[in-house]
Amino acid sequence: MKDPVIEAKAITKTLGRGAGEVQALRGIDLSLRRGELTLLMGPSGSGKTTLLLILGCMLAPSSGEVMVCGAPTSQADKEGLAKIRRDHIGFVFQSYHLFPTLTAVQNVQLALDIRSERRRKARERSRQALKMVGLEQKTNALPLELSGGEQQRVAIARAIVANPSVVLADEPTAALDGSNGKTIMRILATIAHEQQSAVLVVTHDPRVLPFADRIIQIEDGRLVDERSGERERVRMPRSAAFGAD
Amino acid sequence: MSLALTLASRNLFYDRLRFIATLVGIVFSVILVMIQMGLFLGFGHMVSTMIDHASTDLWVVPRGAKCFEDSPLLDLKMRDRIAAVSGVTATIPLVIGFSDWRLESGEVTPVFIVGTDLRDGALQPWNVVGGNVQALSERGAVAVDRSYFDRLGVTGVGSTAEIRGHHVRVVAITDGIRSFATTPYVFVDLKSARSYTGTLNDRASNLLVRLNPAADREKVLQAVRAQAGDAEVLTPDEFRSRSRSFWLFGTGAGAALFAGALLGVIVGTVIVAQTLYSSTKDHLSEFATLRAMGSSNRYIYNVIIYQALLNAVIGFAIAAGLGAVVVQITAKSALPIVITPWLMAALAVLTVVMCVASAIGAIVRVVRIDPATVFMR
Ligand SMILES: Nc1ncnc2c1ncn2[C@@H]1O[C@H](COP(=O)(O)OP(=O)(O)OP(=O)(O)O)[C@@H](O)[C@H]1O
Ligand SMILES: [Mg+2]
Repeated sequence: MKDPVIEAKAITKTLGRGAGEVQALRGIDLSLRRGELTLLMGPSGSGKTTLLLILGCMLAPSSGEVMVCGAPTSQADKEGLAKIRRDHIGFVFQSYHLFPTLTAVQNVQLALDIRSERRRKARERSRQALKMVGLEQKTNALPLELSGGEQQRVAIARAIVANPSVVLADEPTAALDGSNGKTIMRILATIAHEQQSAVLVVTHDPRVLPFADRIIQIEDGRLVDERSGERERVRMPRSAAFGAD
Repeated sequence: MSLALTLASRNLFYDRLRFIATLVGIVFSVILVMIQMGLFLGFGHMVSTMIDHASTDLWVVPRGAKCFEDSPLLDLKMRDRIAAVSGVTATIPLVIGFSDWRLESGEVTPVFIVGTDLRDGALQPWNVVGGNVQALSERGAVAVDRSYFDRLGVTGVGSTAEIRGHHVRVVAITDGIRSFATTPYVFVDLKSARSYTGTLNDRASNLLVRLNPAADREKVLQAVRAQAGDAEVLTPDEFRSRSRSFWLFGTGAGAALFAGALLGVIVGTVIVAQTLYSSTKDHLSEFATLRAMGSSNRYIYNVIIYQALLNAVIGFAIAAGLGAVVVQITAKSALPIVITPWLMAALAVLTVVMCVASAIGAIVRVVRIDPATVFMR
């Protein structure tokens, strides 16, 4: 078995203070491996987002350790954590969080610009990433000119353009209808299987089950169940497959 | 162009109203500073105009003389001793002072008499646009500036008037020799100046001393000082800066101009700081997204600083254009606004410093953002 790119050990997290204190996570062990699409499912308030933030080095655990590519993260300061995210992690958010004043390709390119990649090369790679999510026709569109599904695909292109070891997505299909949701999941599956990233998707959505290699259940801050997925082999030409239906 | 700059410019231009408000603030503040400093330079220039145009190496002035116009009388008994100093080629008395000018209509207006021996040409009218300076040696001849024609009841060469009961006739016209005190200058020869101002023959306002160019200036200066007795001996530079500091700082005029400029800087900084801060606040979720994507704080500061610099560059360009117009308009006024390349460069630097300093508030705000907020919405 491959070495895990993210390894969380005995993670707990207390949120809030005093009377409002919540034990959001109560001892979580989890590893994410390259080439695997993992689903994290659970009821509302069970701690999914909290866990994703901790795995993505955006939130420090109350106890326990998160290792990214074999290196511990507990000693890193804010800038150090930003660097770990920059070097290893791509994020996809439920509400896209694109920059409204930048075009699709510029939104993607931004992920390379913060990594100081040269402009010309960055532009070419960004176009490639947009092609990979089936948006090569829309490179110069502004987010407002795109549908929700297209915006989410731009966000995915932005998350993967720098070849992260891990892609973390929090309910990426929640705001989308069935066919758009399916397209997004297919793309995420391809990223796991063909680009060999570790992909973790938080979801409530049972429609995404067919794409998973692994399904993890969380309840009340604890992992309660893990089973392997029932994924259909996703084999199709890289670009053509993802156009919105 | 880095995307940080693209992002900065889009952030700016996206909210047009705020952008215009920012520019108005910057332009207002830069123009205010420009005018205050331009007046300062213009004033400094004007108060030394006589000193600038005198062809002399040294000024012998009464002890404690504050400026050109401040003229207690000098006793000329040391003139022969100074003339005897080796290296001195000429000693030229200068008589200046207020007098009364009676127009043909009978009206009387104050004037400022400037008189030297015309053969020496130590302080002759310049910018002559009509008549003949040589004719000033004739009895009752005067030179006046055309900007004072109305005031003096003069229509051109040949116009006549009276100064203290003496009949005078205009023989030369100058252009642009204006006094900031608004009293017209009237150039005459030394003898007439004495009678118009009531100055005795053994007195003068100043003594101009010319040196042999080959002489050791420092040595001659020391020797002249030794012979000057009670009087002070100044180089033109010393006299100029003494005049300027008297008018600009002794009178509070300079302090007032600087206070106005400082006010401009403060107003500009506050306006830019305010708009940059509110713009940054509006874009906080974008900055949080950048942070979540792993951007360094430095990259985010760059976006904000670029916004500040774009404000500065565009604001300064507009202000400079308007400033040029102001200079044109005031060029012929009693107190022209003088804008030198140095002032322009200093203003450009000031604008940039002002705008970048205004970014501090926005930067302090943006350091505190928590990237995790991106997941909460
Ligand atoms: N800042 C906070 N202060 C206090 N409690 C918090 C805070 N943020 C989250 N919580 C609580 O922590 C628990 C876990 O929240 P989390 O957002 O991880 O749940 P989730 O599984 O992502 O839920 P959902 O499916 O609704 O997104 C919840 O009970 C929530 O109310
Ligand atoms: Mg959640």
